[in-house]
Amino acid sequence: MQKIMVCVKRVVDYNVRVRVKPDGSGVMLDGVKMSVNPFDEIALEEALRIKERTGNVEVVAASIGVPDTQQQLRTALAMGADRAVLVETTAPIEPLTAAQAFLALVRKENPDIVFLGKQAIDDDANQTGQMLAALWDRPQATYASKVEIAGGKAAVTREVDAGLETIEIDLPAVITVDLRLNEPRYVKLPDIMKAKKKPLDVIALDSLGVAAEQRLKVVKTDPPAQRQKGIMVKDVAELVDVLKKKGLIR
Amino acid sequence: MSKILIVGEHDGRQLNPAVAKCVTCAAGIAGGEISVALFGADTAGVAAQAAAIAGVKSVLRVDRPENTHPLAAVLAPQVAALAADHSHIFGPSTSFGKDLMPRVAALLGAPQVSDLMAVEAPHRFRRPIYAGNAIITVEADPAHKVVATVRVASFESAPAGGSAAVESRTLQVALPAHTRYVGAKTAASERPDLQTAARVISGGRALGSADNFKMLFALADKMGAAVGASRAAVDAGYAANEMQVGQTGKIIAPDMYVAIGISGAIQHLTGIKDAKTIVAINKDPEAPIFEVADVGLVGDLFQVVPEIDRLIG
Repeated sequence: MQKIMVCVKRVVDYNVRVRVKPDGSGVMLDGVKMSVNPFDEIALEEALRIKERTGNVEVVAASIGVPDTQQQLRTALAMGADRAVLVETTAPIEPLTAAQAFLALVRKENPDIVFLGKQAIDDDANQTGQMLAALWDRPQATYASKVEIAGGKAAVTREVDAGLETIEIDLPAVITVDLRLNEPRYVKLPDIMKAKKKPLDVIALDSLGVAAEQRLKVVKTDPPAQRQKGIMVKDVAELVDVLKKKGLIR
Repeated sequence: MSKILIVGEHDGRQLNPAVAKCVTCAAGIAGGEISVALFGADTAGVAAQAAAIAGVKSVLRVDRPENTHPLAAVLAPQVAALAADHSHIFGPSTSFGKDLMPRVAALLGAPQVSDLMAVEAPHRFRRPIYAGNAIITVEADPAHKVVATVRVASFESAPAGGSAAVESRTLQVALPAHTRYVGAKTAASERPDLQTAARVISGGRALGSADNFKMLFALADKMGAAVGASRAAVDAGYAANEMQVGQTGKIIAPDMYVAIGISGAIQHLTGIKDAKTIVAINKDPEAPIFEVADVGLVGDLFQVVPEIDRLIG
């Protein structure tokens, strides 16, 4: 194990209540707080713990996006990544394009593992990791809740609908992480100062030979349908009565 | 003409109920022809189940020992090979489909529509973003195939009564050996499956312990309900991870959803907003869950739950 790459995405902070623009052209992003996608923080934390356990592992944080994405990569460096790479573009990036860009980085960096969050909390696509694994023609272990590495292999426990599933994959491989894999560390002030001195390379998307193709065009953004507000009942007897009348219980 | 291939999830014995919902979604593509592909060691039984879904034209069986367990890296090249003469490739938005379909899409150089919730035209769809806080309408470039995961909570099951042709396919596809199934830990349960149950009772952090969850299991058994949990309850260790309901857990659409001691975080509400009737029991009258509940009761769950238990048959 020599190198781990972690892909991080700049997203609207999870505490922000996202609102749709009245003209349906998108969601309101002006002046909104941006952060590292929370699932990607868990991915980075796992990489850092492997580094701390085994030593002598370089952790590279990578992202694709607008120039300000450097802020999120600085956060990754403050958490403990050794260096960072930003594939810069102002074009809208689909998951397949992100996977193509990360594949180009993987070919340069040759990591043993690429960690990503299982999905980003903005587009909720849940695609990039699987797509990268497909293009790279390497194993994927999605929704990881436990990762054990030994002898060029990883045993990954995955959160699936029926419970937990364990698969064994040969490295190099892509692993996408779920909520309960770990609890990411908090960044301390001295780490933020140190992160400013760590290397952060910026490369243009087209220099990787990848075009930001638009295969899916967003034509409209609507607020979700609202449920009608219901009734309040005063006690259990009335509750049971209402549910019986609706035919929901006997 | 659109030709839709649905990748059918199954456990070797039972076809997943999500397949019949994917068929309803696919039937929304006017003039489309629907095939269901099944991968397994022996899919004869589940193929018969798929063939009986109304609206399915053909069932394609791909039986090989390597398909015993559904590993995305093994299945994806086979799905991509079958996809050659199809315009749309759909899978369910379950952990099976979410794992597999993007890998298929990348092999096809196609975009994926995740959590497809409505078909507006053969290349125009609606899907949620930002945990359901916004719904986007997307248009797919017809130059590519369309790969999608179908948000099963958005569709009713297609009825039985079909009689599709079943054919076995042999695919000349080399399969990777770099990914191996080791085992699974699933909670064997006599209760209805959470994802497809008509009635669901869920508990939140207010339950206070795994032991107190037993109270919900007892009530659920009396009502023939499945038991779910909020993320807070799962994170606290009161409930197993597969019980989590919400944006990052299961998205469900039961006839009745009873939320007990769940405040109603946005990510939880995303998972239940297609439920026909939402019942909320919470001691905080300001809890956001009451904003979406059809029937609400302010009260201490430790008094309310035993009382419901006494009052129902």
